[in-house]
Amino acid sequence: MTAIESTDVVVVGSGFGGAITAYHLAAGGARVVVLERGPWLTGQDFDQDFKFGSSSTRAFDFTIGDGMSVLAGNCVGGGSVVYFAAMPRAPRFVFERHGSIGRRMWPAAISRDTLEPWYDRVAEALPVTRQDWSDVPYAGGLWAAACHHAGRTANPVPVAIDNERCVNCNWMMSGCRFDAKRSLLLNYLPAAIAHGARIRPLHEAQRLERSDDGGYRLHYTVVDDVDYRVEVGGGAIDAKVVVLAAGAGATPVILQRSADTLGPMPAAVGRYFSGNGERLNTAVIDEDRVREVLGLSRSDGVPYEAYQIGKGPCVATWDRLDGSLPEYLRYSLEQLYFPPGFGTILAQVPDATGPTWFGAEKKELLRHWKSWLTIFTMSEDDNEGVFGPPPPTGNAVRVSQQMLGRGALRYRPTENTLRGWAASDAEVRDILERDGLARVMPWTNDVVGAYTVHPLASCRIGDDPATSALDDRHELRGHPGIFVTDGSAVPGALTVNPAMTIAALAERAVPAIVEAARQRGVAVRYGAPAPDGATAARDAVLPLVAGRAGR
Amino acid sequence: MHDSAQDDVTTMTFEAFADTILPGEKRFPGDVTVAGVAVGGGAVASGAVAVLRTDEGGMAPALDNLAEALNGHAGGYAAERGLSLDPAVPPFVALSFADRTELVARLTAPTHPERDIWVSVAMFSTIAFDAAAHLHTVDALADGHPGMTTMGFKPPEADGLWRFPEFSYGRQLARPHPDTTPSGSPA
Repeated sequence: MTAIESTDVVVVGSGFGGAITAYHLAAGGARVVVLERGPWLTGQDFDQDFKFGSSSTRAFDFTIGDGMSVLAGNCVGGGSVVYFAAMPRAPRFVFERHGSIGRRMWPAAISRDTLEPWYDRVAEALPVTRQDWSDVPYAGGLWAAACHHAGRTANPVPVAIDNERCVNCNWMMSGCRFDAKRSLLLNYLPAAIAHGARIRPLHEAQRLERSDDGGYRLHYTVVDDVDYRVEVGGGAIDAKVVVLAAGAGATPVILQRSADTLGPMPAAVGRYFSGNGERLNTAVIDEDRVREVLGLSRSDGVPYEAYQIGKGPCVATWDRLDGSLPEYLRYSLEQLYFPPGFGTILAQVPDATGPTWFGAEKKELLRHWKSWLTIFTMSEDDNEGVFGPPPPTGNAVRVSQQMLGRGALRYRPTENTLRGWAASDAEVRDILERDGLARVMPWTNDVVGAYTVHPLASCRIGDDPATSALDDRHELRGHPGIFVTDGSAVPGALTVNPAMTIAALAERAVPAIVEAARQRGVAVRYGAPAPDGATAARDAVLPLVAGRAGR
Repeated sequence: MHDSAQDDVTTMTFEAFADTILPGEKRFPGDVTVAGVAVGGGAVASGAVAVLRTDEGGMAPALDNLAEALNGHAGGYAAERGLSLDPAVPPFVALSFADRTELVARLTAPTHPERDIWVSVAMFSTIAFDAAAHLHTVDALADGHPGMTTMGFKPPEADGLWRFPEFSYGRQLARPHPDTTPSGSPA
């Protein structure tokens, strides 16, 4: 029989929740092993290519559920490798939300103010920077001008992008081959490796059980590097502490599958899933009206025709991020790019006489693709998502070698969620159809359900054991030593891109994980600087952890 | 055993399905699978059947059975409507474009028990047109791929990489929200 490997801390997933915790634990002296079910790609591995088998399918999972489909990273670095790097902090009112439970759903210990120092740690580490208008691509400029014309404000969003390196190719969902996107491959992960953390790609965590020494044993499979449906190996690893950060579409599934061996799970595991209230509208821009109404023109005289150019979402209007508005009617509207292959099928034809998402009229819509502008709503949904029984392995039954699978998530939007979507649809239409600038239609929810690129809340923190799987230190209720630090820990929709908040919560969770490891005999101490050695944000949080975690 | 007759039925059936999703012009006189209701190449000319047959896509082993199922639905649809179908071609191919459209709408409707399957076929048909997923994108564009050319997808620079040195209007185009924090975030 093969000897079971042993370590201090096993981390499942290498996105924000995994990379940040792995770095701090390794830097603090713990032995850390990171299991990542996707491949380990860097720089030149990132193809500008839509061919099946290129990085655009290797690094992504698209999991179709019942009423909700989830797009998520599947590679070392997780979402940070494939996302658009928009990094706003969540507005203050978000932390006061009641959502579906009738009382504040965030733990009492967390507010915008108390999270601010942890946001600062992330901002220093990646780093996150403000953008100037000169950094904003045509699509963002067009959205800003249309918002201004309609009496709205609009902001360039803060990003984790090195604009000096960025070539505005808009291939960043396939990974950035120019290293302009400051993914975790460039900061936390190399720093974690430098401190001895070991990263195992293509290792898919399946289930946990208790080990004889009071720790945990994690069972995993190893998948083929081309055909992820094929298992090529497997094993188990013992650890004193477990950090689950497999993403909100996968972490609860691992825990569901572990209930037989670990014992009952908190009721909120696999419940309260939020799609971040996401909704997409596609506008077809009237080029002449862009010139006539907004006075915009590129240097070659073309008004716009620039959907393909840029770096994802760069400009958002935050006028509806107003805490005095009723819950469910607060949202941001962000200009976005969706590359071919990732959702074109869902764009609908305005004034269609036949089918809205396929057919002859849809082809005509595609003829104007250069003049598309996609607007992304991030609103307040009702945490309606519930995971059904887990599939035999992973979090989905894979259909294709890579990317496409079918999962057990069920999502039926409530009237609250639908009202927010309808209000945001109407507002997008008001802004973009004003004075004939464009025709606008939302993406259909009738094909693959609603669509989120920001899955959240399926294993969330909170103060109420009935509605939260984790306490306010991110420890799984009833299972000490298991922590969850990914998007599933976020209590609900954030009304903005969530990566900055997921990362800040992971930073905030580290001292408690260090403390738990110390109690289990691991010689680890909190207090590492930023991955590049910067210390300002670290020094600002040290007083908050005085007397804990070896400080 | 390789069955070329079955291959033909399967290919013709999925060409007709893909042409219903994103239609094109007939490729040659007597083209029966492409209905010819649109100008320029559609999903078929863009490689929809090739995409469905890729090993990577995962649909290939099921295609013969799916073609049979689709033709069964077409036969049922024709009987319901009192249509007589040309027996020389598979039943779905024998339907008019309008009837193909109506049948695809039914099969992909939220309440249809087989919707997952037919939505998947529609997705692969669309991906053939908008992303040429069976080809390297550089090669697809160089060869005038019908779908991506119709969309106006810009080609790469000479080294095969995309860069857009001209990308911005370069000026402030809106007033920022008055409560923006020093970090650039909403308050």
